[in-house]
Amino acid sequence: MIQMNTAISVSGLEKSYKNLKVLKGINFTVKQGSIFALLGSNGSGKTTMIKILTTLLKPDKGSAQICDFDVVRQSDQVRGKISLTGQSAAVDEILTGRENLRMIGKLRHLPDANNKTDELLEQFDLLDAADRRVATYSGGMRRKLDLAMSLIGNPSVVFLDEPTTGLDPQGRIAMWGIIKDFSHSGVTVFLTTQYLEEADELADQIAILNEGKIVAEGTATELKKLIPHGYIELGFRDEKELQLAHDLLDEYNASLNQENQTLSIATDGSIKQMTNILNRLENGDIPVAVFSQKLPTLEDVFLTIIGENKGKGHDT
Amino acid sequence: MQIITRVKNNLSDTMVMSGRCMRHAFRSMDTLITVIATPIFMMLMFVYVFGGAIDTGSINYINFVVPGIVIMCIATGTAYSAMRLNNDMTKGIIDRFRSMPIAKSSILAAHVLTSVVFNTFSVVVVMLSAILMGFRTQAGITEWLVVIGILLLFTLALTWISMMFGLLANSMEGAVGYSYLFLILIFLSSAFVPIKSMHGIVRSFAEYQPMTPIIESIRSLLTGVPAGNSALISVLWCSGMLITSYIAAMQIYKHKLA
Repeated sequence: MIQMNTAISVSGLEKSYKNLKVLKGINFTVKQGSIFALLGSNGSGKTTMIKILTTLLKPDKGSAQICDFDVVRQSDQVRGKISLTGQSAAVDEILTGRENLRMIGKLRHLPDANNKTDELLEQFDLLDAADRRVATYSGGMRRKLDLAMSLIGNPSVVFLDEPTTGLDPQGRIAMWGIIKDFSHSGVTVFLTTQYLEEADELADQIAILNEGKIVAEGTATELKKLIPHGYIELGFRDEKELQLAHDLLDEYNASLNQENQTLSIATDGSIKQMTNILNRLENGDIPVAVFSQKLPTLEDVFLTIIGENKGKGHDT
Repeated sequence: MQIITRVKNNLSDTMVMSGRCMRHAFRSMDTLITVIATPIFMMLMFVYVFGGAIDTGSINYINFVVPGIVIMCIATGTAYSAMRLNNDMTKGIIDRFRSMPIAKSSILAAHVLTSVVFNTFSVVVVMLSAILMGFRTQAGITEWLVVIGILLLFTLALTWISMMFGLLANSMEGAVGYSYLFLILIFLSSAFVPIKSMHGIVRSFAEYQPMTPIIESIRSLLTGVPAGNSALISVLWCSGMLITSYIAAMQIYKHKLA
């Protein structure tokens, strides 16, 4: 069943805290060397998922394998293969950056922990701050050190729980660069995020987790195809022209937005259809003041899927 | 061979963790001031301010008060051990350690080792300041060895109690709570004033609580004042506290790290 190049495989995973069902049967696989993003809002079960995969929590039902080792029965072997960067930067504030890295290196029983420390300090641009206590580091520096500490044992799979939460935009972009870089070296990355653009930017494969279930899975492009049509937006000079255009484009099911004096029309994205629409307005002598084309974003996908799910289930 | 590798890794993990813990203890100004400076300050107060008014019979007040000060130093010292362990268990770093292939025992072992080393260090500093303030002893090597033995046993007992509270508490404040109980016990013992000067009920309480025999046995060994079988009673009290808290702390630790 399990292919040679599968880094993580999860099947039928369930977990409850007392009466609260947090994970309700999760299945997915992650290919070796890829970046997998588990996307979901707060309380969707992302952190519980990461805790089970990193051996911190035991599942109630189902199973999970990391590099073919079972997370429950072979937790020691799993721990040898993985590293975890949790939500709150798990760095030691009282130690210096260098001491933090050496400590983890030695706990991983690396024969050259000191050399590896120097390498990582340089790679993560932390050499200048290496001998300062971490308490003096900025949020971005802590995250970088945290990641460096995760990489010092040459793990096969790196788990990142919301790696950019709390970072400023610059820090976020820098972090994305770092994650992409080490993913190129063949490490499998499993990350959770609540930011769609982050998943879009980084992940080869995205799974959307909502209320303990995976409601959609695929590449960013595949997910965007779940909303088959983008739409175009046409703006007009006044109320009268807006109404005329609306009547003229009746067959396209244009939806009227009085406030912005715009029409939204779902399209199949083809040039032909768009030309038809614009021609019809041209022939009717109604000038288009504003034209814009909206492609579906991951956010549309997310909101649509979550919305559908809410409709089926209960309202919270 | 595999067993040897495991033992080696186990030891190495414990050493690395201890290195971390020791840095935490010795780099914290707050810890150094509270654990070492406060007993010295208390000693100054009692020796130069209150001491003159307290009748300690044939021995100098400084010689009388040193055992109580040392015990107090250990009680506050282990409160910081509880705090350090609690901090580790409630912050994100424990998840990192738990997701790594390291010896599970190494975290707790490091905290215990650090507690013993740090408390030994602070007791030595406090003793040296006592000597500067005029503390003198006629104790020979045997007496000193027994004193060191009792102090070590007491340190171990309080360390394991602190581990238990450090593991149980949800916050730092909760973790150090037990140390106030010990401070009260120390004040209600013969640490600063002779028991015979105390009032009825307080006096009987002071006689039968564990701090009194521990302090009196050390005092007796250092100054030659007879203290009956208090050394034996101290050893029994300390062993009892040590065994109970060791078992409890280990159970909680296993449960928490399961």
